[in-house]
Amino acid sequence: MASERPFPPGSYPVVVVGSGPGGLQVSYSLSRLGVEHAVISSDEAPGGMFRRFPLFQRLITWTKPYAPVELGSREYERYDWNSLLGEEPSHRAVMPPLMDGTSYFPSRPEMERGLATFAEVGGVRVRYGCTWKRTRRDEATGEFVLETTDGEYRCRLAVFAVGMTEPWTAPIPGLDRVAHYVGMKAPREYAGKRVFIVGKRNSGFEIADGLLPLARQVILGSPRPARLSVMVHSTAAARARYLQPYEDHVLAGGTLVLDAAIDRVEPIPGGGWRVHAAGTTRPGDLVFDVDEVIAATGFKTPLRDLPDLGVATFFQGGRLPAQTPYWESPSVPGIYFAGSVTQGSIGMKKYGSPSNSAAVHGFRYNARALAGHLARTRFGIQSERPRLEPGGVVEYLLREATVAPELWNQQSYLARTIELDPGRGIVDAGIRPLAAFVDEAGPDAVAVAVETDGDGDIHPAVYVRWEGRVDEHLLPSDQQHDFGGAEHRAQLAAVIGDLLE
Amino acid sequence: MVAAPDEIVDLLAGFVLFADLPRPQLEEVSHSLDEQWFSEGQRVLRQGFTGSGLYFIVDGEVSVEVDRTQRARLGRGEYFGEVSVLLGEPPVADVVALGPLRCLVLAEPEAEGFLKAHPTVMYRMMQAQARRLRTANLFRG
Repeated sequence: MASERPFPPGSYPVVVVGSGPGGLQVSYSLSRLGVEHAVISSDEAPGGMFRRFPLFQRLITWTKPYAPVELGSREYERYDWNSLLGEEPSHRAVMPPLMDGTSYFPSRPEMERGLATFAEVGGVRVRYGCTWKRTRRDEATGEFVLETTDGEYRCRLAVFAVGMTEPWTAPIPGLDRVAHYVGMKAPREYAGKRVFIVGKRNSGFEIADGLLPLARQVILGSPRPARLSVMVHSTAAARARYLQPYEDHVLAGGTLVLDAAIDRVEPIPGGGWRVHAAGTTRPGDLVFDVDEVIAATGFKTPLRDLPDLGVATFFQGGRLPAQTPYWESPSVPGIYFAGSVTQGSIGMKKYGSPSNSAAVHGFRYNARALAGHLARTRFGIQSERPRLEPGGVVEYLLREATVAPELWNQQSYLARTIELDPGRGIVDAGIRPLAAFVDEAGPDAVAVAVETDGDGDIHPAVYVRWEGRVDEHLLPSDQQHDFGGAEHRAQLAAVIGDLLE
Repeated sequence: MVAAPDEIVDLLAGFVLFADLPRPQLEEVSHSLDEQWFSEGQRVLRQGFTGSGLYFIVDGEVSVEVDRTQRARLGRGEYFGEVSVLLGEPPVADVVALGPLRCLVLAEPEAEGFLKAHPTVMYRMMQAQARRLRTANLFRG
């Protein structure tokens, strides 16, 4: 009933837009900290993009029902990439019981159910069916005004968790006339057809993989050689699950995976499409006559009129909003982002490895850190900062490097930080964005992150801020990813010993 | 051939380093580089930190600073980070955005393969380094 819908139009300290995993997590975490806010969503139920995608109904992020650590513990989050973060046992690890056990990649409906379950047990309230339409600034009060289908929402801070699911078509002549990933036909419609897929990232390979048992031939083309997650150590590259088309190509099974700049796509009179391309790693002109062309060229953030408000954007003409390390628009302070949009906050990106902020297992930690940041800096709500004994700091930091899910899932991006507080001694300053720690002024402090270098070597990295200067110290890797041994203890003690004294 | 109206490709075509590359290879390069955005005062390269990259300035200006003393300013079309990437060592300077800054980035692990795959780019980079060396020698002499 409409009368039961929460958050009627009005004035709120914070308004969160979106009910996907990013919106749900930031709302949950704000509530736990006591920050009053409203959540609005154009959808009718929780789930965001997972109410519809992935197209072939199976995720590429895993949840391990049986893991080396106790299910539901904090350490378990590292093995469960799909549950949101709960502060109470019944709010944690909601995904494993909902999965049917046939795969450790949840199906899309299982994921949608998991998010709905989290919203229900975690008490996340959302005003569904309320669509954000326009945004303006009230110059007199400084408030943002969000015009929606239900009326106006006024707030000092707005958090947009609107996903990155709006189709983006590469500027190739004719490509706008073919189906984009989001609009492709039912897979059976491609039976017996020759299909050209523009794009060799995960969405392109997902389609190719799904069409292998149906299409007469699948051809994937884009200028750059395919990047494979197992080679470049990143979930941003093509995932192993989708690589069957690549093996088919390598073993000459009929599928083609080409490095080619697509020049134009033209309709063929009578049916089908002609794709004109030019080889890149192997120069030469290429022409393909195919039955279907699908643009798997990616997505952009539905920012509506935020750029008109001054929100800076980047990435191929504005597919993402620019963001500070704390996910705030640098050009319009007070506008924040959560969810997959936070991949626009680049972070350290050491060795070119992006964060996992495009996926739930990365951005759920961004959302919790953002909630803590807003509570601390905008509402004066201080989280508990436990005091640490000097003698226990080395062991504590190395344990964090070994088990902390934030550090493993957001490598080189989020860090465990401790500070030297003149009044209280050594305090745990929580999980913070590493880029903020190394670039912003602050008290003497230490941050520990987990990092993977260009050779795939995974190791702890320690950042020591002393008298305003931050230095990096890399600790050794360990074959079993256990950084608590004597060598690590000795090296870390040598690095931070003087500071702690 | 009709060129794809891709902003990044057009930009790269105007960079001296990529002047010898035909259009399809420029498209490949544009897909190989990562676009990043920095706000004023943000550090792009960090002195002494591992895992950096080669940065091409698309829009904006940067300050090259050693121990917080400015040594140079670079602008649109110029690049930095190449010494660190070629030697596989951390940068010896901070590079700080002097205003909103948009860059294209080639990460360190990909630089060697990229330069070997595009020898004309490597040659142009060597010419730039030779000019810097000549200038340094003249200064010393």
